Amino acid sequence: MDSSRFSETATVTDSNPEPRTSAEAGAGRPGPTISFGAEGPAKSLKPAREVGNVALESLHAYYGSNHAVRGVSLGFPAGKVTAIIGPSGCGKSTMVRCINRMHEEIPGARAEGKVMLDEIDLYDPSIDIVAVRRSVGMVFQKPNPFPTMSVIDNVTAGLRLTGASRSEMDDRGREALVGAGLWEEVKDRLKGPGTGLSGGQQQRLCIARALAVDPEVMLMDEPCSALDPVATLKIEELIGELKERVTIVIVTHNMQQAARVADTTAFMLGGELVEVGATDKLFTNPDDDRTEQYVTGKFG
Amino acid sequence: MSPGEGHALMLDRGNLKRRNRVNRVVTISSTAAALFAVAVLVIVVTSVVTKGIGAISLHFLTTPMGLFGDTSGGISNAIVGTAIIVGIAAVMAIPIGLLVAIYTTEFAPPRIGHAVRFALDLLNGVPTIITGIFVYGLIVVPQKHQSGFAGSVALAIIMLPIVARTAQEVLTLVPATLKEAAHALGIARWRTTVRVTLPTAAGGLITGALLSVARVAGETAPLILVCSIFGQGVLTEPGQALASIPVFIFQSSESPSPEAHTQAWAAASILIAFVLVLNVVARAFYARSRKRMGA
Repeated sequence: MDSSRFSETATVTDSNPEPRTSAEAGAGRPGPTISFGAEGPAKSLKPAREVGNVALESLHAYYGSNHAVRGVSLGFPAGKVTAIIGPSGCGKSTMVRCINRMHEEIPGARAEGKVMLDEIDLYDPSIDIVAVRRSVGMVFQKPNPFPTMSVIDNVTAGLRLTGASRSEMDDRGREALVGAGLWEEVKDRLKGPGTGLSGGQQQRLCIARALAVDPEVMLMDEPCSALDPVATLKIEELIGELKERVTIVIVTHNMQQAARVADTTAFMLGGELVEVGATDKLFTNPDDDRTEQYVTGKFG
Repeated sequence: MSPGEGHALMLDRGNLKRRNRVNRVVTISSTAAALFAVAVLVIVVTSVVTKGIGAISLHFLTTPMGLFGDTSGGISNAIVGTAIIVGIAAVMAIPIGLLVAIYTTEFAPPRIGHAVRFALDLLNGVPTIITGIFVYGLIVVPQKHQSGFAGSVALAIIMLPIVARTAQEVLTLVPATLKEAAHALGIARWRTTVRVTLPTAAGGLITGALLSVARVAGETAPLILVCSIFGQGVLTEPGQALASIPVFIFQSSESPSPEAHTQAWAAASILIAFVLVLNVVARAFYARSRKRMGA
């Protein structure tokens, strides 16, 4: 059982040792899929959202001699959703991939500048790249569950393959599925193949997989571009819930999506940050002419 | 003329007829080439089987061959010998081939990967008689006698580039997005390889290994050099020379006796059947693998 989440119930039921208590505890609680209030599963994962502030300080990224990101300084506050918009090739994906240091996986690619997660520079030589990836999760364009693994094995892959103990895995895996709004849909087919789910479910499985390692930040690189509108809507609702527990940075080509999910939106062009501000303001009354032209569909 | 006369669609642009003609010629000739390839296979298999079927019997499969010129025996010692020689070769070549493929596709810098690939292609192109002479000098001469082990080494050298090259092809088919997902979870590189990449590619890797076995099971030239003078009865000690199906076919076909020729055809039928079965099994594994990789 999920001991951490049920610990309060356990102290109450100590004086009332009836066999039905555990069933009651499960039935009596607000459905774990719905509530993300003060007592929701979010709380058991992270006590307070004081952590998870990300700040880029004059970040440059290169592919060989191609200067893809040109000195971006930008903050991603904890508890908020920040959207990055801009035309194809503007460096938005590259910039986001610098935050979990995935950029440098590409041969010939390198980054300069600072990426601060709270007080820590993720590019400091003393930083373990594995620790970076566990603090900063990522969801990709196309759902990419591991095809040889079951649903539950997919969710716990990050734990299993980084050496977590078996005992905590089932709980963490279930918690992550609940967090990704997928538990009700897959609880009867946890042992089935992850690739047997629908596209939208697969993407939420990937979100659960990223949540399971308990990151402070979640990067989403066009997470809905391969999904139909209904699946997209579900992911967008999920993003609204998840921001309580992880800082969310979402790259999107879809400006309506940015408007729906993001508290803050940043507009990039040619590797540079043009403008960042409250989403409403950026879409209705931007300061920069280029932003206005882009959001009104004049180019891009 | 037709009602569409003068319409842009009806204008004769001069070369339409010619293009249609070229199209027809190429379609027909490529279809004919494909039929020819299939026909060759059918002719080879049917002629081998019809000529050998008379000698195939349980006795043939379960009795060791007689002394030279005596055609009352069978090929049990050759079947056992081929199994041992090819088995040892597979044990040597498949793990090394897989490791080479994993290194070049997952870990090596691109330039080294290309160099290794090129070297493997060259090794694959070496005539097998050369491999046989090499192993003859390497093992048979110092030991002063032939051995099944020497045969295994020769076959392993022939297998290695086949295993490695097919494994490379299969590993590069594993979607980069899966490796990316694993890296983004903080999973170490070697662990990603062992737990994500290899299981995803497993079917294709098995296919490559099986095809390499099928390829060397009928290899004759190196075995004639390093493993063809063997004793009577079913031998299993790889330190001494062992009988093998290809060498049996070769030696029987050299014999003046028509019965021996029939036995050669029969052994050839057995060999072809084995290779066909291996190919079918290999295809099944490959189909499974492609499904996993979303191809």
